[in-house]
Amino acid sequence: MPTIPLASSQQQRRLSLTQRAKNVLQNGKFGALVLLLPPALILFSLFVIFPLLQSGYFAFFNWNGYGQPTDYVGLKNFEQMMGHSVFHSAIWNTIKIILVSLLVQMPLALFLALLIYKKTPTNALFRLIFFVPYILAEVAAGLIWSFVFDGHYGVTASVGGAFGLEPFFILADRDWAFIAVMTVIVWKYFGFHMMIYIAALQGVPRDLIEAARIEGAKPFDIVRYVQIPLIKPAIIVSAFFAIIGALQVFDVIIPLTNGGPSNTSHTIVTYLYTFGLTRLRIGFGSAIGVVLFITAVAVAIFYQRAAMSPGKKP
Amino acid sequence: MISKVFLRNLLRVTVLCIIASFVIAPLLATALGGFKTNAEIRTSAFGLPETWNFEFYNAIVSDPAFWRYLGNSLLISIAAVILTLLVGAAAAYVFAQIRFFGSRMLFSYLLLGLMFPFATAILPLFIQVRDIGLLDSYWSVILPQTAFGLSLAILLFRTFFEQLPRELFEAAYVDGCGYIRFFWRFTLPLSTPILATVGVFVFVQSWNNFLLPLVMLNSREAFTWPLGMMQFRGEFVTEWNRTLAFVTLTIMPAIVFFLAAQKYIVAGLTGGAVKG
Repeated sequence: MPTIPLASSQQQRRLSLTQRAKNVLQNGKFGALVLLLPPALILFSLFVIFPLLQSGYFAFFNWNGYGQPTDYVGLKNFEQMMGHSVFHSAIWNTIKIILVSLLVQMPLALFLALLIYKKTPTNALFRLIFFVPYILAEVAAGLIWSFVFDGHYGVTASVGGAFGLEPFFILADRDWAFIAVMTVIVWKYFGFHMMIYIAALQGVPRDLIEAARIEGAKPFDIVRYVQIPLIKPAIIVSAFFAIIGALQVFDVIIPLTNGGPSNTSHTIVTYLYTFGLTRLRIGFGSAIGVVLFITAVAVAIFYQRAAMSPGKKP
Repeated sequence: MISKVFLRNLLRVTVLCIIASFVIAPLLATALGGFKTNAEIRTSAFGLPETWNFEFYNAIVSDPAFWRYLGNSLLISIAAVILTLLVGAAAAYVFAQIRFFGSRMLFSYLLLGLMFPFATAILPLFIQVRDIGLLDSYWSVILPQTAFGLSLAILLFRTFFEQLPRELFEAAYVDGCGYIRFFWRFTLPLSTPILATVGVFVFVQSWNNFLLPLVMLNSREAFTWPLGMMQFRGEFVTEWNRTLAFVTLTIMPAIVFFLAAQKYIVAGLTGGAVKG
């Protein structure tokens, strides 16, 4: 007799345990946690973070990617990179892209945004047209423009031919090749920055503009003292994207110049690809990656400071 | 007074038209170039073709390789979208719905991908994918593509999920609906706007990606369209009209897609950027 209640109570406890386990899995947070979070963590760690850490390790080796990295060379990869004239020009080209983005592309985008931010059918059409280059693949854009710049066929041929000039190959000219590349970059991305500004301009309260107008402000003054200060966060965001974008330029260069003529039009990423990957110099390429990473993080930190600073002002 | 406003508007539209022509001219020259003979492209790059030659376009459309490139790209892009949406939304749901130890740390960890360019770790990634034995397969592009898209996806999803009414979950919970079922039955269906935005973003990124397939894919059977296009260009260096026809045919779907899903594309590519 006394054993029965014991057994039943044990059974009850076991039942409640399985019940609880079932609850935890079906209803409970634990099940959701264990099922829903790990796929993202595993994918992200395996294909983003782990390679990133590895590049920090490989950068100190001379390694062709086969077997294990054993030839420890210390900072030699970095020294070699810093002493390489092509790397200097790649850095300088990246700075040029940043400057063109900040000084030509963004003002152009802002100017256009101010012209067409109001919601009318004509403006919508122009907005659409200006955004088209941005949705094209970079490779396609590069290929299209390599045709335009072709000395025998493209627009340069037509214009040059009209003046009776010899065929001129912009993309094969040391002085002009990178100017051509920057033209394509402005063409491709100004619409993106313009859209950011348009979204911001549409958020500026109309009363403010109206009030300024009643106070006698000229259209230019409204732009200068009302609209631009109010969309400053959008301008900072677009500057951030311009700089991060400049650090990543690759696709456009390959069809246009492929880094040439005589390696004068490389950017950091084409340099990494040409001198690290195609030659299977994993250590050297990783060292370039490390430099790229540090630069990007510095930009991100700088951006955070810049984005926070307007709040401090009264 | 009226004439002044009119003049100003006229000036505005003139400026816009000039800039628009700079945007459109190269695209138009490309599309028209596919109809011209090479001799004609030399003499008039921008004019209408004297005779409309369809043979170059026809040659590409009837080439099975062209369709295979597009098919590969489509397959990879769709797989990347589905995987990013599922995996990203699941993780974001956990961060939005469940409080647990280390939640903030893990969230920041997953956002690290926003900080640096994709190319940074491309060499170790190549070694990694090679050692797993995935090189030259679709997965070699899909998985890294998804992994890199996760950061932005999770950030945008979490923000959206947190704005869903909490009462809904409480009511469902009382009725015996668990966390996972709630995710499937309520959170995902209620989040179609953000799913569409992120999905379109990932799709465009993946469809246009060049560096990753370039590094990972070697055989022409697996090539995506940007690789196929560069290959094609290499084969017909002197025949611009064929290359231009190829380019036109490949950017056409992108432009049609853009016009159809404009709202989501603009939101995904700029709105998402601003929120991020």
